[in-house]
Amino acid sequence: MNIFNIMKVSMRSLNRNKLRSFLTMLGIIIGVGAVIAVMAVGEGAQYNIQQTIASLGTNVLLIFPGSLNQGGVRTGTGSMTTLNADDLAAIQTQCPSVHLAAAVIGTGAQLVYGEQNWGTRVTGSNPEYFEIRSWPFSNGQPFTDADVRSATKVCVLGQTVVDNLFKGSNPVGATIRVKGMPFKVVGVLSPKGQSAQGQDQDDIVVAPYTTVQKKMMGVTFLGIIMASAISESSMDDAQYQITQLLRVRHKIQPWEDNDFTVRSQTEIANTASATTKVLTLLLASIASISLLVGGIGIMNIMLVSVTERTREIGIRMSIGARGKDILFQFLVEAFVLSMAGGLIGVLIGMVSSNLISKLAGWPTLVEPSAVGIAFLFAAAVGIFFGFYPARKAAMLNPIDALRYE
Amino acid sequence: MPEDERVIQVSHVVKTYVMGDVEVHALRGVSLSVLKGEFVAIMGASGSGKSTFMNIVGCLDVPTKGEYFLDSVNVGQLSRDRLAGIRNAKIGFVFQGFNLLPRTSALENVELPMFYRSVSSKTRRDKAMEALRIVGLGERHEHMPNQLSGGQQQRVAIARALVNDPSIILADEPTGNLDSRTSVEVMEIFQQLNDRGITVLLVTHEQDIAEYAKRNVVFKDGKVKKDFPVAKRRVAKEQLDLMPVIPDEEEEEQAA
Repeated sequence: MNIFNIMKVSMRSLNRNKLRSFLTMLGIIIGVGAVIAVMAVGEGAQYNIQQTIASLGTNVLLIFPGSLNQGGVRTGTGSMTTLNADDLAAIQTQCPSVHLAAAVIGTGAQLVYGEQNWGTRVTGSNPEYFEIRSWPFSNGQPFTDADVRSATKVCVLGQTVVDNLFKGSNPVGATIRVKGMPFKVVGVLSPKGQSAQGQDQDDIVVAPYTTVQKKMMGVTFLGIIMASAISESSMDDAQYQITQLLRVRHKIQPWEDNDFTVRSQTEIANTASATTKVLTLLLASIASISLLVGGIGIMNIMLVSVTERTREIGIRMSIGARGKDILFQFLVEAFVLSMAGGLIGVLIGMVSSNLISKLAGWPTLVEPSAVGIAFLFAAAVGIFFGFYPARKAAMLNPIDALRYE
Repeated sequence: MPEDERVIQVSHVVKTYVMGDVEVHALRGVSLSVLKGEFVAIMGASGSGKSTFMNIVGCLDVPTKGEYFLDSVNVGQLSRDRLAGIRNAKIGFVFQGFNLLPRTSALENVELPMFYRSVSSKTRRDKAMEALRIVGLGERHEHMPNQLSGGQQQRVAIARALVNDPSIILADEPTGNLDSRTSVEVMEIFQQLNDRGITVLLVTHEQDIAEYAKRNVVFKDGKVKKDFPVAKRRVAKEQLDLMPVIPDEEEEEQAA
């Protein structure tokens, strides 16, 4: 009996018990569907984090003021005021592995334009900021180094701010009021969407850091310095050079700890990424238990089916079916059940991950490898759990099977 | 008697079953030859060993002792798979309970033996249709067994037994579940097949059914007790003409 005939025989008997075949498949369908949906949510989160890293630039270093290790009362990273514009200039000029560096200093402010107003954070920086964050403009252009030198009251708006203040009119060239002071809008940043932590990255106003320091906050320090290495591979060099440079500039003795911290953005994102990965694996392994349960369901139904069809097996044997013909018939049935269940499960998994991203707003990503693994696993489950009942059928004695009532 | 004319040659066959501690001697040395074209009815009370004999002749079981040649091939001690191959190629079974696959059309039931050998799907269909035509069910090939009367189901079973051109047709109480007229109709088919040269071996406990055969063999206590040619052989066709025709409601429904 060739494989084509066996397929035909198996398909016929599955066809005869449509409802039962479907219910048997259900376990596999749910298992595969759940694995794929969970993996899709996990992969989506991963992808989102990767995107954030890419949008930040994979070669970005953040220099925070204030050490993590200082005696006495410690106020935490970022609360110190040890970084200033000269440090920024020094990093820009004296570190060979540093490509660009930008200041970041932020303060909350209320914006007013016409009848609209909007509360947001104003970030003070220099034009390199946009380049380091690889953030293109949808309208207008960045402010210039000259604006930074002369602390001009110009600003660049994020899309969320534009949406809330301008309601459709062109913001470039308009003058808005920031903390009561008039700022000219020179550009609009293209939308970036949510960050990995769920913040709206477009709710932002960027002005020259000198303007924010002098005219809005009345300070001379910088919040953070953001630096990009010339390439991903020179991240360590850049980190070392910046550390050495700042130790010298801040006159830190060899036995003293740093009064700043240099961290790479990738490190921060990788931590988040690793957490997501563990959670995804955990959920996927729980989901795959239902695949196993589905397999046991197949075995159960196949055993019932063998008992119920003992007479059929006897008939087939009496007209010349060999043990292996019967074995293959039942094995193919189990295999077809699990494969069909796997296929439907893949479809349901894809549809449900689509629904999840639409309804819950979570990003999802259906990886072909996840689909492949779930599908193969389902097929393997079918063969594994189908083998015992099929063997039982093949071992039947034709005389007893024929007499079976 | 030329050697090649013997379809079945059983010599000194013994079959002993062990059931727990008890040995059951089902056959105690049976020797029997069946020639090509014979129509043999095997009779005997239950427990006489005729079913065991049929199982061995049908290659469903192997003898404990003795030899069995089918078409000059010693099939006494073959493996399960080899026996399955011989059943497929050389033996056509007809059972008392019809033993058709449920929810499977008549045509597919008849095609079944050809699934276990390499036959193209067209040949399979053609041969199955031909076999159904021989038993007079050519038009009913799409019917499911539960849509057919008992006599028709048995005819499907006979068509299935025929389809691989077997050396012998083994019929185990083929009329046991049928009324008297239908029984004769089925016997008519067996007689027709026998007239075409097909060897038929029939197990029955009904004397009148046995009289449709050409030769009767009576089993008792695991041995052949009597073996004689039928003197006044019944002809099913003539018998049918004598019998009153009772309209078969089921068949009329099918025809409608």
